[in-house]
Amino acid sequence: MKPVHEQTASELLEAQEEGELSAVEIVQACLDRIGRLDDKVHALLSVRGDEALERAGSIDERRRRGEPLGALAGLPVALKDNMCTVGWETTCASRILENFKPPYNAAVVEKLHAADAVVIGKTNMDEFAFGSSTETSAFFVTRNPWDPDRVPGGSSGGSAAALAARFVPLAVGSSTGGSVRQPAGFCGVMGLKPTYGRVSRYGLIAFGSSLDQVSPLARDARDMARLTGVLAGHDPRDSTSIDAPVPDYLADLDEVPRQMKLGVPAEYFGEGLSPDVEKRITEAVETFRTLGFRIVEIRLPHTKYAIASYYVVATAEASSNLARFDGVHYGHRTAQKAGLVDMYSLSREEGFGDEAKRRIMLGTYALSSGYYDAYYLKALKVRRLLKEDFDRAWEKVDAVLCPTSPTTAFRVGERVDDPLAMYLSDIFTVPANMAGIPGISIPCGFDRDGLPVGLQIMAPNLQESRLFRIARAFQTVTDFHLSRPDL
Amino acid sequence: MIDEKEVQHVARLARLRLSPEELRRFASQLSRIIDYINQLNELDTSTVEPMSHPLDLTNVFREDAVTPSLPRDEALANAPEQRHGFFVVPPVLEWEPPEG
Repeated sequence: MKPVHEQTASELLEAQEEGELSAVEIVQACLDRIGRLDDKVHALLSVRGDEALERAGSIDERRRRGEPLGALAGLPVALKDNMCTVGWETTCASRILENFKPPYNAAVVEKLHAADAVVIGKTNMDEFAFGSSTETSAFFVTRNPWDPDRVPGGSSGGSAAALAARFVPLAVGSSTGGSVRQPAGFCGVMGLKPTYGRVSRYGLIAFGSSLDQVSPLARDARDMARLTGVLAGHDPRDSTSIDAPVPDYLADLDEVPRQMKLGVPAEYFGEGLSPDVEKRITEAVETFRTLGFRIVEIRLPHTKYAIASYYVVATAEASSNLARFDGVHYGHRTAQKAGLVDMYSLSREEGFGDEAKRRIMLGTYALSSGYYDAYYLKALKVRRLLKEDFDRAWEKVDAVLCPTSPTTAFRVGERVDDPLAMYLSDIFTVPANMAGIPGISIPCGFDRDGLPVGLQIMAPNLQESRLFRIARAFQTVTDFHLSRPDL
Repeated sequence: MIDEKEVQHVARLARLRLSPEELRRFASQLSRIIDYINQLNELDTSTVEPMSHPLDLTNVFREDAVTPSLPRDEALANAPEQRHGFFVVPPVLEWEPPEG
């Protein structure tokens, strides 16, 4: 039998059903691996081994008694540290929430528990998800398991790195502008940004409320379909959650959708795209052609304005959302003696890191008197143009194929002093968040330095199942998703 | 362009007490970012409706039914300072020098 860390979630479920492995053995194997190797990766902010083993023990006990078990029974999951876990520190990798212990669980945590998954650790991230490299974490920098001198991407870099390092078979992150697809691409795993509203945001600490979406990470299409099926669904506690039935994503996974038309947008292959990434994407497009898909060239003409409009909308929403950190209800309060307003300002100044302050400032500026129309309203209009680009594309094609990011993982420190260069690494992922549509990143090869390249597939609203089937078709004839880093 | 004085004004709106070094740095970084954002002006959007949200939602209501809420001690558990079942804040009425 393959060691636990080499098995997919689906294989681990089968091994438990066959009686070859227990949930306790699986959880223990993951905890051992984290203990041995996380010193090199720094993917996890906190691990709760005893609780995880206890939960695994009770799952094993229920299996022995023949009781029905959930869809993720006994599977360890790593959770980004911006999702609330009752009584368990939820920090957003920020000093301002360093000791925050939520009084309730996020909707997705309830769903994971109901499916008998075992949340074993909370993962590192860019502070409040503000970043594309996990370097803005207030606590430490996460390393890319493929090369410790490189970033894992971000903001869900800890979740992607934990999955790539085989610490866990499944992970959960969140996406506001590319925070799961980009790190998944950099780390050689799969990341899905579901349709806006597909997964409840209840208990996800807000960054940009019209953009945020809880987003699963997995190593192959089958695991991804399984995890998404558990997380998705309507929740009355999130008024923006979509009230539509969740399809059985596993049922039609193997139906190769050969008759489908895949669009390749010219705008994603211009200046700034690394030649190695371009080569791998072109090869992947050829693979799809060989599989019988029809490849069509399309235009998404407003792509070049995506980053500019996104950074106005996202920071405006962030500046409003982060107003709640006031040193009164929870979070850091300054030790300096001050009146109310000074207490707010000092607590926030001490508690927030550099990038958080920069984004609060940018968003406050864009919403401030005299600039609202020029920046915020303008950006919302461009947002509609971005969405209409996709509406027109769906008249011609069933899905869009393109690179996830213009480059592979960059070096630690390379972009920290140049915020704009950092922002531009999200250029290909931001449009899906602005439009609300689902997008997935899947491994499609390596560059000359042996770093993973991500292929992005986007589809119309609520067509996650289409993304899984296209990814599955690709993975039946390629083995990039099976490659793993040497640690 | 955004100068240090404007950065100071925005910081005040955002309730951030920036250091002189941060004021300088943010003035230059935010100027570059805003220059980049200004490329949106290349687009004529005079006939485009703003899109504030990806879903066409109007009001979403729930039943007006009483449901359990967070117990007071749990709601207060993370407060930096609490007393007699209340959040404690510093004096609210204070003199603030006018801006500028």
